[in-house]
Amino acid sequence: MLKIKNLKAGVEGNQILKGINLEVNAGEIHAIMGPNGSGKSTLSAAIAGSEEYEIEGGVISFEGENLLDLDPEERAHKGVFLSFQYPVEIPGISVSNFIKTCISEKRKAQELGPMATSDLLKMMREKMELLNIKAGYLSRNMNEGFSGGEKKRNEIFQMAMLEPKLAILDETDSGLDIDALRIVANGVNKLRRKDNATIVITHYQRLLDYIVPDFVHVLYDGKIIKSGGKELALELEKKGYDWITKEIK
Amino acid sequence: MGEKKKESEEKLLEKVTSTEYKYGFTTDIESEKIQKGLSEDVIKTISKKKNEPLWMLEYRLKAYKIWLKMDEPEWANISYKKPKYQDIIYYSAPKQKPVLDSLDDLDPEMKKTFDKLGISIDEQNRLANVAVDIVMDSVSVATSFKKTLAEKGIIFCSISEAIQNHPELVRKYISTVVPIRDNYFSALNSAVFSDGSFCYIPKGVKCPMELSTYFRINEAGTGQFERTLLIADEGSQVSYLEGCTAPMRDENQLHAAVVELIALDNADIKYSTVQNWYPGDKNGNGGVFNFVTKRGVCHKNAKISWTQVETGSAVTWKYPSCILKGDNSIGEFFSVAVTNNLQQADTGTKMVHLGENTKSTIIAKGISAGKSEGNYRGLVRIAKGAAKSRNFSQCDSLLMGDKCGSHTFPYIEVKNNSSKVEHEATTSKIGEDQIFYCNQRGIGTEAAIALIVNGYCKDVLNQLPMEFAVEAQKLLEISLEGSVG
Repeated sequence: MLKIKNLKAGVEGNQILKGINLEVNAGEIHAIMGPNGSGKSTLSAAIAGSEEYEIEGGVISFEGENLLDLDPEERAHKGVFLSFQYPVEIPGISVSNFIKTCISEKRKAQELGPMATSDLLKMMREKMELLNIKAGYLSRNMNEGFSGGEKKRNEIFQMAMLEPKLAILDETDSGLDIDALRIVANGVNKLRRKDNATIVITHYQRLLDYIVPDFVHVLYDGKIIKSGGKELALELEKKGYDWITKEIK
Repeated sequence: MGEKKKESEEKLLEKVTSTEYKYGFTTDIESEKIQKGLSEDVIKTISKKKNEPLWMLEYRLKAYKIWLKMDEPEWANISYKKPKYQDIIYYSAPKQKPVLDSLDDLDPEMKKTFDKLGISIDEQNRLANVAVDIVMDSVSVATSFKKTLAEKGIIFCSISEAIQNHPELVRKYISTVVPIRDNYFSALNSAVFSDGSFCYIPKGVKCPMELSTYFRINEAGTGQFERTLLIADEGSQVSYLEGCTAPMRDENQLHAAVVELIALDNADIKYSTVQNWYPGDKNGNGGVFNFVTKRGVCHKNAKISWTQVETGSAVTWKYPSCILKGDNSIGEFFSVAVTNNLQQADTGTKMVHLGENTKSTIIAKGISAGKSEGNYRGLVRIAKGAAKSRNFSQCDSLLMGDKCGSHTFPYIEVKNNSSKVEHEATTSKIGEDQIFYCNQRGIGTEAAIALIVNGYCKDVLNQLPMEFAVEAQKLLEISLEGSVG
C-alpha cells in the first residue's frame, strides 16, 4: 500500500529525514518509535504533504502513485489520514459542519453525488457510539475549548467518519490520561480492517499495550535503524534508546 | 517558506486580482432622464415629475440651500476622487407602466436581470414568504404581498407613494432622526432623493413576514439617492431586509442613501443589509461610492438591531446608529465588512445612550484581503442622564495576505459613573496550520478559507434571517475568492 524509498526532507537546509525506507501493507499496524528530534513528526507531515518541510529526495508511493506529486487535499481524497499531535481550533465551525464539508469535498473529488443528510447523521451517531462520545458534541466548535483528551478523540472520530485506507496517528497518546488512552485505542482497534493500515507514531510503549503492532521501527537521527516485531517495543522500553544506538555502533 | 508555497501564493494572488465581478452587466431598458447637474430648476423638475405636494418641494429646496453651504467631509480614513456633483444625473426612471398589479407585469428584460442576480422573485414570494419591493434605478417597479399587509394595517410602499397617500406620517417623521443638516450627504439626499421605501407598522402589530427591498443601480452615470423611512408604532415588531447589487461601470457611481428608523415605545425593529455593489476592478477603476447615513431612534423599552454584511463598493462610509432615547431601550449592531483588492471601508456604528438603563451591543468583524483598507469607527456615548447603562463592544479584524490594512477607531464617552462599558478587540490572520489541517481532511485551500471565514463571521451571520444568511455566505465566498491565507 505505502512504499517509502530513500526519503530525505528538512527545513531551510537542515536535513531531518536522512533516507527513510518503509513498506506498509493493507491490514498491518506499524509502530514508529524514537526519541525527541528523531524525525517522527517530520515523517508524518511529509506523508500528509505539509509545506513546512521541503522534500529533498526520494519517493512516497501510495497504491502505485507518487504522493509527492499531489496536494495535501488530494492525498486525503486518496485515503491518507493524519491524526494531528496538536489539532487546531476552527472557531465558529461545528464538528458536524466540518465533517460534512470534509465528506462532501471528498465525494466531489471522487465524482460521487452528495451524501444524504439523514445518512450522514446516521453514520455520525454510529461512530459516536463506537467511540463513547456523548450527544451535544457535534454542535461544539472544532476543538474550541476541548480538553487534550477531547481533541484526540475528535481526531479519531474524524478518522472513523472518513474511513481512510492509511491512518497515521502522530503521538495520539501524548497528553492523554489512562482512561482517555484506552478509549482512543479501543476506537482505533474497532476501526481496524483487512483493507486498511495504520502507522502509530509514539514515544512510549504504553500505547502499544492497547494498539498491538505487527511491526515496530526505531527512528533515530532521521533513519530507521532497527525494525522488528512487537517485542522490540518492550525491549526498547526496558533498555532505553541508548541500547540500540550502542548496538549499532 | 518553500518555493512551492511561494509559487502557489503567487498563483492565488493572481487569481484574486483576476476574479471579475460576477454581477457586472447592464439591462437594456429605456430610461427617462433629466439633464445632468444640480440646481433649483432640477429639483423643481424632480418634484414635478413625481407630482409632489408643495411642502415636499419646499423641503427639498431648503435642503439644497443647506447643502450648498456645507463641505464634503474628509475625516474618514479613506481617499477617493470627489465626485463632480454637476456631472451627475439626479433623476432616472425606467420607462414603463409605473404601477403594477402583480409581479407578472414586470418588464421581461428587467426580470432577466433579477434572474441573473439569482433573485428569483417568484421563488422568493413562494418559498420565503417575503414581500419584495424592488427599486431599480429610482422608481419602485413592483410591490407584492400588499394585501396581506394591508389587512393588518401595515403600510409598505415606495416613499413617493407614501408622500402622495400618507403625507401626515411622512411629514411627521421625515428628518426627525437624521436632520437635513446632519451631514453633507444627508443634505444632498434630502434635496434630490428619488425614491426608496416607506413602512409603517401600527400599534401592537407583529409584521407577519420579512419585508424586503432590493436596490440596484442601473443607468450609467446615475446617482442613486434612496430614502427609507420606517416607523414601528408602540408595541409593534418588524424585520426588514435590504439587499444590493449593481452592474459594472467604468466611472464611479455615487450612492448616498438615508435610512431613518423610529421605534416607538416597546417596538422592535430588526434591519438587515447585504451590500454587494460593484467594488471596482483590480486596479481600482470604477466601483460604487457608498456614503450612507442610517440611524434609528428608540423610545421607551424599544429595540433596534442593525445587521449588515458589506462586501461591495469601492469606498464605503457608513455608520448605522442607534439613539437610545427612552429608558430601558436596546441598540444592537452586528457587522461583517469585507474589503478586497483596492476597496476601502470606514464603517462602524454610534450608540448614543440618553435614557436610563439603556443597553447596547456592538459586534463588528472586519476582513481585509488584497491591498484593501478596512476601518472600524465606533462611538459609544453615555450621557449624564443615562444612569445604569451598559455597552459591550467587540471588534475583530481578520487579515489575509500581507498587503492589506485594518484599523480600529473606538470612541468612548461616559458622563456618569453608574454605567459600564466594555470593549474587546482582536486582530488575527488565518493560520497556515488551520489551512493545512483542513487540507489534510480533504478540503482545498479556497474552500478552507471560506469555511474559516464563515466560522469567524458566525456570530453576525446568525443574526440574519435564514434565506439571507445563505446568500450572505455565498457572497463572502465570492468576495474572497483566491484570497491568500
